[in-house]
Parts: sequence; C-alpha cells; structure tokens
Amino acid sequence: MPLLSVSDLKTHYKSRDGLLRAVDGIDLVVERGETVGLVGESGCGKSTLGKTVLRLVDPTAGRIEFKGEDITVLDQRSLQSVRKSIQMIFQDPYASLNPRQTIGEILEAPLIVHKVGDRTERRQIIANIVAKVGLPSESINRYPHEFSGGQRQRIGIARALLLNPELIVCDEPVSALDLSIQAQILNLLVEMKKEFGLSYLFISHDLSVVRYFADRVMVMYLGRIVESADNATLWSDPRHPYTRALMDAVPDPARPRQAAPLGGDLPSPSDIPSGCRFHTRCPLATDLCRADEPEFRAIAPGHQVACHFADSIN
Amino acid sequence: MAPLLQVDNLTIRFPRAEPVRDLSFEISQGETLAIVGESGSGKSLTALALMQLLPRAARIANGSISFGGRDLTKLGAREMRHLRGREIAMIFQEPMTSLNPVMTIGRQIAEVLQVHEKLSSRAARERAIELLRLVRIPAPEKRVDDYPHQLSGGMRQRVMIAIAVACKPKLLIADEPTTALDVTIQAQVLDLLDTLRRELQMAVVLITHDLGVVAQWADKVVVMYAGRKVEQALPDDLFNDPLHPYTRGLLAASPRLKHDFHYRDGALTEIPGSIVSAVGETGCPFRPRCNQARASCSHHVPQLTVPAEDRLVACPFTTSIKAVPHAAALSL
Repeated sequence: MPLLSVSDLKTHYKSRDGLLRAVDGIDLVVERGETVGLVGESGCGKSTLGKTVLRLVDPTAGRIEFKGEDITVLDQRSLQSVRKSIQMIFQDPYASLNPRQTIGEILEAPLIVHKVGDRTERRQIIANIVAKVGLPSESINRYPHEFSGGQRQRIGIARALLLNPELIVCDEPVSALDLSIQAQILNLLVEMKKEFGLSYLFISHDLSVVRYFADRVMVMYLGRIVESADNATLWSDPRHPYTRALMDAVPDPARPRQAAPLGGDLPSPSDIPSGCRFHTRCPLATDLCRADEPEFRAIAPGHQVACHFADSIN
Repeated sequence: MAPLLQVDNLTIRFPRAEPVRDLSFEISQGETLAIVGESGSGKSLTALALMQLLPRAARIANGSISFGGRDLTKLGAREMRHLRGREIAMIFQEPMTSLNPVMTIGRQIAEVLQVHEKLSSRAARERAIELLRLVRIPAPEKRVDDYPHQLSGGMRQRVMIAIAVACKPKLLIADEPTTALDVTIQAQVLDLLDTLRRELQMAVVLITHDLGVVAQWADKVVVMYAGRKVEQALPDDLFNDPLHPYTRGLLAASPRLKHDFHYRDGALTEIPGSIVSAVGETGCPFRPRCNQARASCSHHVPQLTVPAEDRLVACPFTTSIKAVPHAAALSL
C-alpha cells in the first residue's frame, strides 16, 4: 500500500473571474521512502495541490488516502492524528515563523498541541532536533529575525521533523535561498530523509533542483499532470512538449544559447483552453489537440504522458 | 574606444557599514556586463549608485562613476534627472512594485516621452503603442489602456522594458530582471532584452544571481562577494576555469551544472556558513567560508591580480585548474 495515494483530485476556487480550477483532476502516488518531485510554473496549481494533501485546503472532489485511510472525509478532530504524520516546509521560513516567539517556543507549540511528553521531555526533543538540523543549541532562546535565511529554513525543517512525520510536503523549500545556502539545505533534507526514513512530496519550479533531489518527477500544467516518470527516464526521454520546453528554457552554461522555446503566457486557470490545455502554447498543436483533451496514459512502464503525440515525439 | 561607463574604486558607505568597497569595472557600447553575487554582495546597491538613487543613509565615500566622460557622482540632482530615463535607464526585479497601479501602462510609457522628448500627448500615445509592439505585447492598441494588474508578470516586465528603452538609452541597468518570472517567460524576456541591446546598441549591466543566465547572456562577468569584486572573466573562462575559491564553490554547489548528479550519488558541495560571516572581518571577506584559507588571509584584503588576459582574481593562492577536464573541475 502506498504511503499517499491521491485519485482524481480537484480543488476549485470561486473567484471574481469565475471558477478557478487550480487542481483539476490529479492522480498521484508517493511510496514509502520515495521523493516525488512536482514541477511546474506559477499558477499551475502545484502549491494548491500540496495544501490539499494536508487538507489545509478542502478538495472539491476526489480522494486522498494516507496509508489506506481516506482523509478527505475526516473532520478536523480526526485530522489531528494524520497531521502529525504529514508535515510541511514552506518557501519563506520567515513568513511561517512567529516573530514574537523564541525558537524554543515555536518548536514547543506542536508538541503541546499533540500532547507529547512533559516539559522536560519536550525540551529534550527540541534540543535533539535543533542539533540534528545543524543549529547551535543556544538558538532556542533567540528570535527568528536573528537568523539568516538558511538558518530560518533549518528552523522550519526542525519544526516539520518534531512529531516524527512520515511524509513531508516541501513547497519550494530552497527557492528563496542563495545558491551557496541551497546546497546546504538540500543536503540536510537528504540526511534527514535517510535518518528518519521520510518520504517527500517536493514542489518546485526549479528543474535542476528536482533533477538532483527527486526519485520520480511529475510535471504539472494548468491543474493537471502532463508527464510522470522516474527521474532518469524523464531527463533522458521527455515525451511531453511542455516538459521539453521547460528543460530547454533553463539557461545552461554547458549549452549554447537558443531561442525561447515557448511563446505566449500561461492561460488563466479560470479560463482553461479547450482540448489539450497546452495547445495554445504548443509548437506541435493540431486540430485534434484543440478539440480533444489527451488521456494521461502509460507509454512505458512507469512513464505516463498526456499528449496525443507522445509516441511519435523525438 | 573609451568605455561608455567606467566605475573606479567605488565605495558606498552607510553610517555603520561599507556594503560596496573599492569596486571598479567598465563597460563599452553594445556590451553586456553581468554582475553576479548573492544577497549581501552589494550588487543591487551598485546598480542604484549608477542611477544615483542610493538610499538616503548611503553615500559614495570614494571613487568615481564616469559615464560618457562625466562623473555621475559629481552631478547635481537636476543634471542627473536629465540623464536618468534618457541616457541611463533601469529595470527592476518586481515590475508590479515599480509600475503605478492606478495609471494605465500607456500613460506610464507616454510620461517618459513627454518629460524627456517633449512629445505631445497624442504623439506620446502613438509612440507608446509602437513601444509595446517593440517589446512584443500582443494587440498593443488595446493593451495600451490596460492597468498593470490586468497583465501577467511577464507582460509587466515587458512594459517596464518599454518604459526603460523609450528614449533609447545608452545604458540599461537590469537588476534581476527575470528572477520573479517563470523559466519559459524568463527565456522570452532575456531574448527580448538581447534583441533590443543589438537594435539600440545599448550597453547592458545585468545584475543576477543566476549563473546559467550569466553564461548564456553576458560578454563579461564580475563576481562580487561581500561588497568586493573577487573575480572577473569572460563567461567561458569563468565556467571552465573558475579561479576564486568562492566562484569555484558556487559552481560546485549548483545542481544545474551537474547534470547526472543525483542525491543517491552523494551530497552537493557546500559553501559552509553564510555571507553574514564577512561582516567585521579583516582581510579577505571570503576567508571565514574558504576551504583554502591560511593565516595570512586575515592580514589584508587580497589585491586583484591579472592571472591571464581578460581576467582578474582577488586571491593570491589560486592556481588554474585548466589542465583538469570540466567535470572534474566542478567536483572540487
């Protein structure tokens, strides 16, 4: 049984421009010990998907099963025990840390909420975790503003680890950090994964980070997964034109410059194009693409693509 | 040919800090110079100094900024206003915060033309539409009456670029122009900037933290660390044979440069600590994070030396690794 299994998940919002289909029918599986990378551009719904998995946002339709239990039907009280097992790390650790609380207080709050140990035991747990994430022990008496961006992300990671979770949803955890600090945090996440046997749903717009960090990659466009494959396959044999465009758009020092692979802008999720939702920007679009939405189908074991021409692309 | 812009020994001082020190570089007409560095490196303050738009608490404590033969640090506010927007223009990372939210984009472009080129409002509007077409905004006759919030992030940055190039400046300063944009949109905007650079023969100072952008778009690269220039090179030289330990660390830490490297193969190379550790240090600003530091590094700031043609480096202990193949060099 997979750790997390999401089927036909939809999260729609009502907005002034009409119905905003942020997540629009997604199937996703995270196996135990696996890191699934979710890549896409802003507005593709990847953050909404992450929040829906934690039920921070309620889904409009579909099922989210955690260790076989359907958590979409749980009330807030029953959700508590699930939330212990699924934690989240955010992009901007500063915005997710209360500026008026010391790190000790910030880290104690989840332990109190989940009634873990007495005061002494809680202190011990906090001291352990602070050391694990590479912060000096005196950090617990300091306030968030006294830390650099990388250290704040270490605090965010410490908080996520406190309750011994099994799954951590990481939403752009290194995007706000400088390059030299990114490597530190990615290495820390890998160490923690090994030490605690964690699984990650790793949301990022940065393909190179996902390439290093994920076991399996899902590419998301306008609320849907357009391609899913294990890491090596995706990079050696991408089959969706959007995946290819994303890869080509990353400026790479080892490659001569080429013209921008895609024209146009991402359409609005409240006005999703007919047929294949990528057809307005796709260099290969035909009448078929404008009329029929392609099925998300397997073209090889473990490799799924939502493109009419996935077999003929080369 | 004399350079268009020549910065000499620029030091920017705040009451309690000097975030830019002894910085020198030059740029010629039609050239793209990239300044790379992390937050705290002083790269954005340098851009603001070129525009003479430093925050009130900051002042230029030393050095000169010579532009077309004039020292900008000595110009009065009025003369500078005359240059700004007309001969030197700037675009910022977040177009939404630099555009006026209650003014149509057409009027914001027209304003520049009315101030600097004394165009009538009708002529300015016509030019605004032309400029929107130049920056590849579809249906410019309609879009000209849009407000910024009606546009996507990429489109807003195009509008900023239209405003910046409205008077055909000689120098365009682009401070992280694509950092807030998605990667497919980034490619479009960089393409556009480069086309305009060629068509208008502008010099471009491209300030970025993105090494990939540097490699593909710059003619010349300056690497800054803690307010100082630590290395300067042509992009190929910089990526094939980085000389400063900081540049080497950055390249090694970047997952983008290690294509088939996966977390199961091993950890990324880290640069320990953070740039904050340079504050109050004597000697080399990179010493607290450098894996090759020696006792003498704390004695004085290393001078820039010329290890090869078109190269500068501020580290006395560096040796070229050119003999080593590219991949091996990156896994230092």
